[in-house]
Parts: sequence; structure tokens; C-alpha cells
Amino acid sequence: MPAPIRLRELIRTIRTARTQAEEREMIQKECAAIRSSFREEDNTYRCRNVAKLLYMHMLGYPAHFGQLECLKLIASQKFTDKRIGYLGAMLLLDERQDVHLLMTNCIKNDLNHSTQYVQGLALCTLGCMGSSEMCRDLAGEVEKLLKTSNSYLRKKAALCAVHVIRKVPELMEMFLPATKNLLSEKNHGVLHTSVVLLTEMCERSPDMLLHFRKLVPQLVRILKNLIMSGYSPEHDVSGISDPFLQVRILRLLRILGRSDDDSSEAMNDILAQVATNTETSKNVGNAILYETVLTIMDIKSESGLRVLAINILGRFLLNNDKNIRYVALTSLLKTVQTDHNAVQRHRSTIVDCLKDLDVSIKRRAMELSFALVNGNNIRGMMKELLYFLDSCDPEFKADCASGVFLAAEKYAPSKRWHIDTIMRVLTTAGSYVRDDSVPNLIQLITNSVEMHAYTVQRLYKALLDDISQQPLVQVSSWCIGEYGDLLVSGQCEEEEPIQVTEDEVLDVLEGLLVSNLSAPVTRGYSLTAIMKLSTRFSSVNRIKKVVSIYGSSIDVELQQRAVEYNALFKKYDHMRPALLERMPIMEKTASNGPTEIVQTNGETEPSVPDTKHLPLVTQPANQANDLLDLLGGNDVVPVIQTTLPTKPASAGGELLDLLGDLSLSGGPAPAPSVPVSKPPFLLDGLSSQPLFNDISAAIPPMTAYSKNGLKIEFTFERANPNPNIAVITIHATNTTEADMTEFVFQAAVPKTFQLQLLSPSSNIVPALNQGSVTQVIRVLNPQKQQLRMRVKLTYTHKGSPVQDLAEVNNFPPQSWQ
Amino acid sequence: MQFMLLFSRQGKLRLQKWYVPLSDKEKKKITRELVQTVLARKPKMCSFLEWRDLKVVYKRYASLYFCCAIENQDNELITLEIIHRYVELLDKYFGSVCELDIIFNFEKAYFILDEFLLGGEAQDTSKKNVLKAIEQADLLQEPRHEYFNVPVY
Repeated sequence: MPAPIRLRELIRTIRTARTQAEEREMIQKECAAIRSSFREEDNTYRCRNVAKLLYMHMLGYPAHFGQLECLKLIASQKFTDKRIGYLGAMLLLDERQDVHLLMTNCIKNDLNHSTQYVQGLALCTLGCMGSSEMCRDLAGEVEKLLKTSNSYLRKKAALCAVHVIRKVPELMEMFLPATKNLLSEKNHGVLHTSVVLLTEMCERSPDMLLHFRKLVPQLVRILKNLIMSGYSPEHDVSGISDPFLQVRILRLLRILGRSDDDSSEAMNDILAQVATNTETSKNVGNAILYETVLTIMDIKSESGLRVLAINILGRFLLNNDKNIRYVALTSLLKTVQTDHNAVQRHRSTIVDCLKDLDVSIKRRAMELSFALVNGNNIRGMMKELLYFLDSCDPEFKADCASGVFLAAEKYAPSKRWHIDTIMRVLTTAGSYVRDDSVPNLIQLITNSVEMHAYTVQRLYKALLDDISQQPLVQVSSWCIGEYGDLLVSGQCEEEEPIQVTEDEVLDVLEGLLVSNLSAPVTRGYSLTAIMKLSTRFSSVNRIKKVVSIYGSSIDVELQQRAVEYNALFKKYDHMRPALLERMPIMEKTASNGPTEIVQTNGETEPSVPDTKHLPLVTQPANQANDLLDLLGGNDVVPVIQTTLPTKPASAGGELLDLLGDLSLSGGPAPAPSVPVSKPPFLLDGLSSQPLFNDISAAIPPMTAYSKNGLKIEFTFERANPNPNIAVITIHATNTTEADMTEFVFQAAVPKTFQLQLLSPSSNIVPALNQGSVTQVIRVLNPQKQQLRMRVKLTYTHKGSPVQDLAEVNNFPPQSWQ
Repeated sequence: MQFMLLFSRQGKLRLQKWYVPLSDKEKKKITRELVQTVLARKPKMCSFLEWRDLKVVYKRYASLYFCCAIENQDNELITLEIIHRYVELLDKYFGSVCELDIIFNFEKAYFILDEFLLGGEAQDTSKKNVLKAIEQADLLQEPRHEYFNVPVY
């Protein structure tokens, strides 16, 4: 068998291959040769073959059949074999395969070898890829070498120990004694690796941290020597003495000084010294300054030092080197919360970075800019940020848009400015805004009462330009549906009112329905908007036609809406004006609060905190009026207890504020942040979700009233999707021999609840349990207070009227928790 | 440091050093994706990028990219110095190193790297010491007894 070809020969040959296929062929041929050579257990050329295998492995070809050969090489006595063997082990073996454990014994022997370079190979391999089992077995040897006086081995042992600790943290203790005089070494290699070892130990164990705190003065001294000492050719990098060691020491000081006043004070001077004396013309000096700044900001430094640090970062921002600018922005982002004012001083430089070409720099500048926005600089900052939004890459647009909305919400100087800003975002980055922006914006617009005419006009004009950006189209359609009357009447004060007819508006909305650009959700918005205009415009016939066409739409959602709206025209026309009334001002949710429907008095309408907008609703039944009579005005306690104008008192204030003496002990005023907000669709209550989805396990029924033969039982369900609504069905039965006729059931709840009574099944409770009257009560209990109720019953029994009042307190907890 | 990769402008891998345990498949995937990402960067961009949850520091020397993945608490700027130090070591050893040197002597490039870094951290901050150690180790290599001048492998 001829000698296997040499490594360089093989490399040369493979590089001549012109195609992937040719290369693969050569590789396969050589692998076959190598395999047979391995089979022959050829010791002489094993090294050469493994070397070739490693080359082919780097090209991406499988080389696992060489793993055992690596082990044989490691076990060989020849240094050349060991060198390649250990390299092969590091490249081909990994701790997932049991095969690697076979190395352990060899490494153990080599750690005790007479030649330090062999020991070095073993330490390197163990420290690079040693598994936890290997580390456990060999930790003792490493610890021994950590104490040797041979600095070549000591430095390697230190880093090997770091790896052992990472793999088997419990072994950390055993290295403690050996660390005793590590820092007294003169050798920079040992110093550097020792600092790394100490850092690792302190990061992992608070006890170690406490123990090593006493090293601070020593570390400070070493650092000082590095800075003050003259030129040392061996460790010099561009005029700075051993920057690698300086950086590691600064990092260890950071960990030791964190949350400790004494240590922080001890390092104060040296930090100031490094910060002011380090040469900044080259990257290496800036690397040290960077580490210094990180340390200053993290320990308990005095304010002068902190200002110094921020100023260094400010100077970094002006550096030509983009790497420096990048780290400056990153660091400023970390400190902007704690040292806000100091960072504000560099705001204009930061804003300039928005125009940088580098993506990472732009992103950081954007994040930092948003962090710096406040009431004073909002106008200027927003101009820059909107300009950025216009020109930035798509990957930024969503985050930037959200940031703009948030900042505008917090600091808008005026409503008009706020709406203008939103319009600008919608028109420039409309397709990138997040889904929740649409309802949030609608809420904002609704609450800016004086801007309605202006808003709807601007949104209408925007729609004329572009109907492709869905969030913009959705908000616009909603607005037009709400305020279309203001649009055609040309009432705008803020700018020149436009002349537009009802037909033109309807054209636009119908255009949205048929356009390919409109998403299904958008179509829903536009159909609802058209419907709402039926009470605001006079061209009702046209609207009726559109609605009836969509009654047979393929889109189920549209079809359902159209059918329901149709029904509204036909059967419930008397309810239509009430249902399509202008939206009242909504309670501000915590951002992204759940949207709920609060149902009151049989109308599907959000609760009205501002009674100014209270619609005058004719009750389907006269129950509410009766309740008022019930109270006779005597027991009514004034509703509003808090001073918050947007307190969500129930609709029609007094109507449901009953029973002042049923106040809850410690009766809290409703918390201002009761999450009530309007869903985007007025008639969502008629949407496909059934009212009585049961989400909880069955709640036990209870007997609410039982007297004179009349028994009233309550059964419960918790409504879906709103878990704050309890649905109670009353069942009234009569055990007497005579029917109870003209039966009316009324109920009242404390202030913090809201009640809706639906129509009863009948008003005759048949005698002798022959049937029952059922009625549904929906109770909204947003504060999850204990449910209590007062009921009034009136009926005629055997010719005489009967009336009774009762309190119901024994509600099962599951009905209100 | 979690790993270091050296690759050409065509994306061919010239050296890979992994300091974290990963399967071959994962290594290949990471290599492929990271190489693509770095090669796509324009010359004016900075040397740092965020990739997955790591910080990546890279620098191009002639036709070779030197690319390191470091942890969040590591100093990016000093990593650039580490890379530079490694290039200086190669340069001193090979005498004006070029990509071909690293291709044909890849095992030596590894030996030098392993003498400079251990477990991802610098063992010695003195250029002289590292080079001396390599020199001494080279002398230990047994020449083939039949052909003294023939390369060992």
C-alpha cells in the first residue's frame, strides 16, 4: 500500500475541482483510502490521515469515522500525534457522544506529563469541550495545576477551572484555596486569567463575592500600575499598557462594587483617573473607556463621576467611528432611566443618529429618542421622528408608529396636534400600525369632541387619496359613519370646510365595500358606517338598498350584519335612531384593556359616564320607571361620590342607582379605572356570539324568595365573552290553588352594579306548579363585589293585589367572583 | 466568547472554533445563517450586530472575515482588539499572512488560536509569549524519520 497522500497535496488537489460533483468524487475516493488505512491500524500515517479528515470535515463532509482514531492519536507518545489528536477531538467529538469519555484517562495522564506543552494541550482540550463528567473526574488535576509555579501552566489551569465551574458549579469551592495568591503574580497571562476566574466565581456565588471584595484595593493597585507605568513593549497596544487586562480588571471591579458603598468609594479615584487619562484616538483606548463607563454607571458612584461617564458617552456619539457611536447609543439606552437629565443634554446628537446609514445605530437611536421625549420637547422630537418614520426601513415602521402613538398620547400639547400626528402616521405608515391602534384611535377621536368635524373631514380627504392602508381606512370609515352629518354640513372650524354631498360620501363607502384592497374587517367597518348614516343622512333608500344587497354576501360576517341591519329597517325601525345614536365619550382603558359591552336597560350601548350625552331612551318595558317609583325619591342617595368626571356611573345615573341603604360596607367609590370601553362596532351585541355561553362550571341555583306560595328560584350562568356579567334566570312558581296574574318582577342592585332585565315569559304564574314564569336578568359586576339584590314583586292573587319587597343576599360566590 | 468563524468572501469556511457544545447540525445551521447575514452587510456598517440573542463582532481582513459571537456582558470593542491580536499572531508566524496560508496550514492556525485563547478567553496578553510557545511546540514535532525535510503530514 503506497503511503497515503500528504495533507497539502490533498488540499491542492481538491482545490482544482471545478464543480461540486468533482469535489465530492475526490473526497469520496480519499475517504475510502483513509478508511482502509484506519482498518489496517497504521500508526505511522494515522496522524496524516486524521489531518486530511479534518480538512474534509471543514468543507462540510462527514468525518465521524475518524473519532476513534483521534483517541488513538491522543494516546500515542508522539507529540505530533497528540497535537492532531487533540485538535481532532475538539473538532469531531462532542459531549453528547459517550465516545468522548474515553478521552478522560488520556487527558488525566497528559495533565501530569513531563512536557508542559503536552500538559497545555490537555488543559486546552478540557477547557474547551470538557463535559461535566470529565470535569468532575479531572477537577482535582486542574486544581493542582492552578497552584503550580509554572506560569505557562498556571494561566491555562485558571481558564480551565472557569470551564469546570461553568459545567459543574458545585465544584467552585474546591478552587477557592488556590486563588489565594493569584493576584500577586507578575506574569500578565496569569493575572489576566486569574481575573477571569475570579469574575466567574463572583458572578456565580454571592458568598464568593463577599469573600473577594477584600481584593478591591489590590485590583486598584494593579490597574494603577498599568496606567502609570512607562512603556512596556511586551504588553503595549498603541501606547496603552495591556488593555486586555485593564478591561478585565474594570469588569471585576464593577461586579465587586455593585451595591456596596465602601468598595465603590475605594475605586472612585482610579475610575476617574482612567476616564480622564486614557488616550482616545484609537479603538483600544475607547474600549477601556467603554468598560470604565459601564463600571461607573453600575456601582454606587458619586454624581460627579456619573456625569463624567455620560459626557464620555456624549463624546463617543460624535466620534467618526461608527462602532464607537454604536456602543455609546447602547450604553445611553441603559442609563436613560436613571440619569435622564444628563442624557437629555445629548438629545440633538442622538436625533442626528436617526439619519445614520447603519441599521443597528438607527434602531438604537430610535429607541433612545422615544425614551427622551417629554412634554417640553414633544413638538420638535415628533417632527424628527415622523420624518424618520417616512424614510425608514419597513422593519422599523411598526415599532416607530407605536412609539409615536404612545408619545403623542402622553405629551400631546393639543388635541388638534394629536389628531394631526395620528393622521400623519396613518397616511405614511398605515399598513404597519399594530392592530390595537385602530380601537385606541377611535376612542381618542370620540373623546375629542370639539375636533369631530375637523377629524372626519381630514380622514375623508385621506380616503379620497388612498384606500390601501387598512387601519387608516377602518378609522376613516368609522368616523364617517359617526360624524358624516358634520361632514356634509360643512361645519369644520379648524380648516376650510369642504363641500361634499351625501351621495359622494356614500360613493366612497360603497367603493370600500367592493374594492379588492379592502380586507374583510374593513368591509365590515364600512357597512356599519353606511348603516349608521341612515339616521344622519336623508338618502335612506339608497342605504337600504346597499344593506339588502349584502344580505346575500358570501362573506358570512358581512351577510350577518346586512341581515341584521335589514331587520332593523323592517321590524325594529322604531329602535333604529336609538341604536344608531352618536357614541358617547368613553372611559379611558388602561392600554389594551379588554373591550366589553356594558348592557343597560335593554339597549346595547356602552355605559355613559357623561350624562350630557345620555340618549333619551324609551324603555321597552316600564320597569325602570317602576323602580323609580319604588324608591319614591326618598332612599336615593346622590350618585356621584368621586370627583372624577369620567366615573362610569350607570346609564341614566339615577335610574339604576337604587337603594342608598344597600350601600356596601366600606362602600368604595368605583375605582376610576374600571375597564369599560367601546367596541368598534355599535351592534356587536347582535353579533354571532350567543349570549349564554357557559364558561364556568355550573353554579348552584338558589331560592331567592319563598313566601305565600310564591317561590322564586335563581339559576346562574356567566356570560361569555364578558366574565363580569352574571346571567340570572328567575323561575317563579306558585304552589297555591289560584293563579297569580299580572305578575311583575322587579329588581335593583347596589351602585357598583348594573342591571338589565329582559322581558318575562309571561305574567301569569300558574297555580299548583303547573308552570313557571321565567325572566332573564343580566348583572354587570366589574368590581366583582358580592352580589346583593332587592326585589319587588307585585301580582294579583284571588282578586286582591299583592306587593312584597325582599332582599336577596345568599348568592353563591361563583356568581359574582 | 461562544464561537469564532473565519470565512472567505464567497462564504467558504476556513476555520471554526466552538466554545459551546452544539450538534454538528446546529453548527452547520448557525454557520450558514450567520455567514449569510455578515456577507450581506454593506461596507459602511458598523462591526457589531445583534443576531438571535448574541452579539456578533466581525472584521474583514483582506479576503477573510473574522467573526466572533460574544455574550451580552462582553465588551465589543475589546473583542475587536482580540480579533486584531489573532491576526497579528498569524501575520508574525506566517510572515505577511494571506488567506492561502490559512487554507493550506489550517491546523497551524488552530494551534495558534489554541495558544492564544482557551475556553473563549485570552490566555496571554503578550504577543511574544504566545509566539514563543508555538515555536517551542513546533520544535517538539517529530520529523518523519525517513525524510527529514518532508513535512510531517
